[in-house]
Amino acid sequence: MKIDAQLKYSKSHEWVRLEGDTATIGLTDFAQNSLGDLVFVNLPDIGTEVTEKEPFTDIESVKAVSDVYAPVNGTVCAVNDALLDAPETINSDPYGAWLIKVEGVSGGEDLMDAAAYEAFCESEAE
Amino acid sequence: MEKKTPLYDAHVRCGGKIVPFAGYLLPVQYGAGVIGEHMAVRTACGLFDVSHMGEILCTGPDAVKNLNRLLTNDYTTMYDGQARYSPMCNEQGGVVDDLIVYKVRDEHYFIVVNAANKDKDFAWMQAHVQGDCKLEDISDQVGQIALQGPKAHAILARLAGEEQLPAKYYSANFHADVKGIRCVLSRTGYTGEAGYEIYLAAEDTPRMWDLLLEEGKPDGLIPCGLGARDTLRLEAAMPLYGHEMDDTITPLETGLGSFVKMGKEDFIGKAALEAKGEPTKTRVGLRVSGRGIVREACPIYQGDTLVGQSTSGTHCPFLGYPAAMALVDKSVSEPGTCLEAEVRGRRVAVEVLPLPFYKRPKTV
Repeated sequence: MKIDAQLKYSKSHEWVRLEGDTATIGLTDFAQNSLGDLVFVNLPDIGTEVTEKEPFTDIESVKAVSDVYAPVNGTVCAVNDALLDAPETINSDPYGAWLIKVEGVSGGEDLMDAAAYEAFCESEAE
Repeated sequence: MEKKTPLYDAHVRCGGKIVPFAGYLLPVQYGAGVIGEHMAVRTACGLFDVSHMGEILCTGPDAVKNLNRLLTNDYTTMYDGQARYSPMCNEQGGVVDDLIVYKVRDEHYFIVVNAANKDKDFAWMQAHVQGDCKLEDISDQVGQIALQGPKAHAILARLAGEEQLPAKYYSANFHADVKGIRCVLSRTGYTGEAGYEIYLAAEDTPRMWDLLLEEGKPDGLIPCGLGARDTLRLEAAMPLYGHEMDDTITPLETGLGSFVKMGKEDFIGKAALEAKGEPTKTRVGLRVSGRGIVREACPIYQGDTLVGQSTSGTHCPFLGYPAAMALVDKSVSEPGTCLEAEVRGRRVAVEVLPLPFYKRPKTV
């Protein structure tokens, strides 16, 4: 399992790249592996307010639909439209295939660093 | 506590992602993933553990009489080795289960039922059997492997010899011997591809699994899990108990009329089906033309009118679009009809398609 040392992680398996008061959000390698082949991604509209630990969209694998949770508070300022036609990019490149960018970031105090997230995934896998 | 099939250790060794299903621990997928496994079956070959299926022996001078009363299909004229599918109805015309009966020889029949229904089926059959007929649940002693795909024939012919393979679709060789393993080779399956299902003693099942994996490797054979089994059967529009039929849905509504012989003297459920008359609902295929995936239990609308409900649905990997099956009012069942499915509070456009969605190209 790949974990990017530069990112922060949530217990619901989203990754966050914080740059100033904006954050880029995606799904971790652990998440894509548990979900299996992704075949459909919904994305929120730009301007949508997202709330930490609440779902902001859903994604569909062959097997099931799953909610994606916001790891921080903020306002959606960009969405990765390329995923609409190529959701499988999340499977092949989870840390490149970001879902949304948010600005005016707040919250996220209990996000994990890479080492803590790795330990968390090991405990989840058991 | 879930049971393990005889192939549990093989699944773990092959990298299977194990989940509980119908009382068994089974792989939902292996390393190739659901889509990779699905495509392998459509283009080469896939190997499935279906040992969780239930097997019941029905024997005795009154065996045929009982099959004809318990089941909606007609078992009067069958040759040795022939297989015949049937729904099994309750008194109300709903479906207890759907199953396959093989004639082994006179007075000797082999019945394969759904794993999740096995105990219910056996109890139902025991409660309704009459005369000189004995039922025996042999599920725990029997393993089952499905070899499915365009390369299945070549792979099995190399291992077993062409002469041991059953010649006709829906027939079986009950006296096969593959590399010293006694087994039943059946030309059946649940994927929409050509292929075989192999029944054998539980203790011989791991060896057969390894033999097939090894022999098929050069042809692109890979092990496949429950995920691909479900997407394959959906793409081929094969009904699944608990989805397209259950104890409240009649086989006629599911579109299984050709397996319901109303001309037979009597069978359980016949009176109820006669009383109900022509069903007002029917099973249709839906292609999702809007954005999203329509899974089971989504309400189907024509405008503001509720016209039915989806029974199963997913993304179809080979066809490349999401599809669903649904039980809808006959008035909206014509192919080309545009409807809407409600998915998590959102309307998604769907179009009625003729079934099956996928039909394998005829090679012979």
